[in-house]
Amino acid sequence: MSDTTATGTRTPLLRLTGCAKHYGNIIALTGVDLEVCAGEVTCVLGDNGAGKSTLIKIISGMHQHDAGTYEVEGEPVRFASPRDALDRGIATVYQDLAVVPLMPVWRNFFLGSEKRKGFGPFSRLDVDLMRRTTKSELAAMGIDLRDVDQPIGTLSGGERQCVAIARAVYFGAKVLILDEPTAALGVKQAGVVLRYIVQARERGLGVVFITHNPHHAYPIGDRFLILNRGRSIGYHTKDEITREELTSLMAGGAELEQLSHELEQAATAAANGAASPSDAAGTTGRTAPAAEKEEAK
Amino acid sequence: MSDTLDVGVRPPTRDERLTEQSLPARILVRPEVGALVGAIGVYILFFAVAEPFRGLDALATILYAGSTLGIPAVGVALLMIGGEFDLSTGVAVTSSALVASMFSFQLTANLWVGIAVSLLVALCIGWLNGYLVIRTGIPSFLVTLAMFLMLQGLNLAVTKIITGNVASPNISDMEGFDSARKIFAQEWSIGGANLRISVLWWLLFVALATWVLLRTRIGNWIFAVGGAAHSARGVGVPVNRVKIGLFMTVSALTWFTGMNLLFSFNSVQSGEGVGNEFLYIIAAVIGGCLLTGGHGSAVGAAIGAFIFGMTTQGIVYAGWNPDWFKFFLGAMLLAATLLNLWVRRRTEVTE
Repeated sequence: MSDTTATGTRTPLLRLTGCAKHYGNIIALTGVDLEVCAGEVTCVLGDNGAGKSTLIKIISGMHQHDAGTYEVEGEPVRFASPRDALDRGIATVYQDLAVVPLMPVWRNFFLGSEKRKGFGPFSRLDVDLMRRTTKSELAAMGIDLRDVDQPIGTLSGGERQCVAIARAVYFGAKVLILDEPTAALGVKQAGVVLRYIVQARERGLGVVFITHNPHHAYPIGDRFLILNRGRSIGYHTKDEITREELTSLMAGGAELEQLSHELEQAATAAANGAASPSDAAGTTGRTAPAAEKEEAK
Repeated sequence: MSDTLDVGVRPPTRDERLTEQSLPARILVRPEVGALVGAIGVYILFFAVAEPFRGLDALATILYAGSTLGIPAVGVALLMIGGEFDLSTGVAVTSSALVASMFSFQLTANLWVGIAVSLLVALCIGWLNGYLVIRTGIPSFLVTLAMFLMLQGLNLAVTKIITGNVASPNISDMEGFDSARKIFAQEWSIGGANLRISVLWWLLFVALATWVLLRTRIGNWIFAVGGAAHSARGVGVPVNRVKIGLFMTVSALTWFTGMNLLFSFNSVQSGEGVGNEFLYIIAAVIGGCLLTGGHGSAVGAAIGAFIFGMTTQGIVYAGWNPDWFKFFLGAMLLAATLLNLWVRRRTEVTE
């Protein structure tokens, strides 16, 4: 890839300008700008319902945008299906849509794009090639699998994500869209996945990393788009924003302060209540039915 | 966490919590192994208690009994691996035989015409099953249960209308009978044993299905649509076409069994076949097919059908009351299901 080392003036792999999406009278997304460059990670952050999924669906070709423009390598596009997006090198790794658990790792790796040899009725799977390729591709990503014949369901969540990422990379993805790849993972597993995202970036791919965790996004991101209620509330490159600002933006700043204040109050109230349970036994509503029972006996 | 991550590839490290799987555990996760162990057990049992069971002619009889169940069971196994059910198979066998014989008889056409028409009808039934399942999203259990009842009614009613009887006419003197019999129901006498051609067809179908499952793209897709249809669709597998194709494969194999029935006995009873659909499914399950799809083998289903053949014949050879057959069936099904459960636990999605 020639343009990975270029700076500044190169055409982004993906560019969304003023994108919007409506479902009936519901505005799911409006006025969103986004760029993804080769060898960069663009992070999309937002709480549940912020419009992250809608944005991925537009980029991956599942839905079409209603307003604004969507350009791939400078050329405006409207994808009719995810297959169209795939043909342009835009691959999506969904959180739980990645693999068939009971099938061996190598069959999963090549599922839908199987390598074959032979002609006509004798056309058959090139099993050796696929086994070897799976092993070497995963090794290149730093994943050491004991056995590519083990069912992929026996791998950990992080490893499965990595297999899905390695698969997309192998099949010539230029842009990798990762839908909350670290959401269901523990701290260590999430670290492993982040490492592979960096690997993909180093290989010259553009990565769209969707997450609601600024601590996962900040270390590896080059650009940050923060969504809230279907709108962009911030689009920054890394040098424009600190981790603290990102976290605060992401959590809605003032909202978070309000929340922590409320929680503190609740905690104080609970502490007061817990301090004198026996004194209050006769007077509180909670113990009244018990007292009635005693009387009834 | 620092603001930049270490980019370099870590040297691959072996997880210290991972132990090597023991050899028996690795072998047992193969879908057909449980059935094989069961088959050997049943064989030894009858070999010990029933003297006539030991002969070559007994083996030929067992294989024939196995083939009549085993041929449709191959299709049923493929379908179950693909995540669907077909309850209409038992009566569909009878339907195929009835269509072939009555079509030719009524039009006094060559029997091969009836055979071709019957295949076409069978494929249409399979297509309809698949199309309804795909289109409506109604579980295949219900769609094919409805098809089962409709076919059963049609078999009885149409046969009554056309022949005024409960059986199809005898076709043994019709044109094309001899050549068709050679294909579908030929017998050879080898050393006192009566080898039937359906046994050879059965082995061929099992070999073909195994080849398709393990070594072709379609096979990969069958496992995928049964294991996780959503994921399969996501990576470009034509899920609907695979499923409809599987239903049609089942129909083609039930048609073949119907032809075997017709040319072995020259005539078919219109009420036959009810209940056989469960035998096919049980053979597939004993052979390691998961009810939920995504796992199983054609060889396993064949061994399941062979266990059937041994049990039905073995009980007779041993001089036992045939009532015991159903008990055996239930016990084996239970054992097979428990083994399957264990397999799935081992490979369950770990988080």
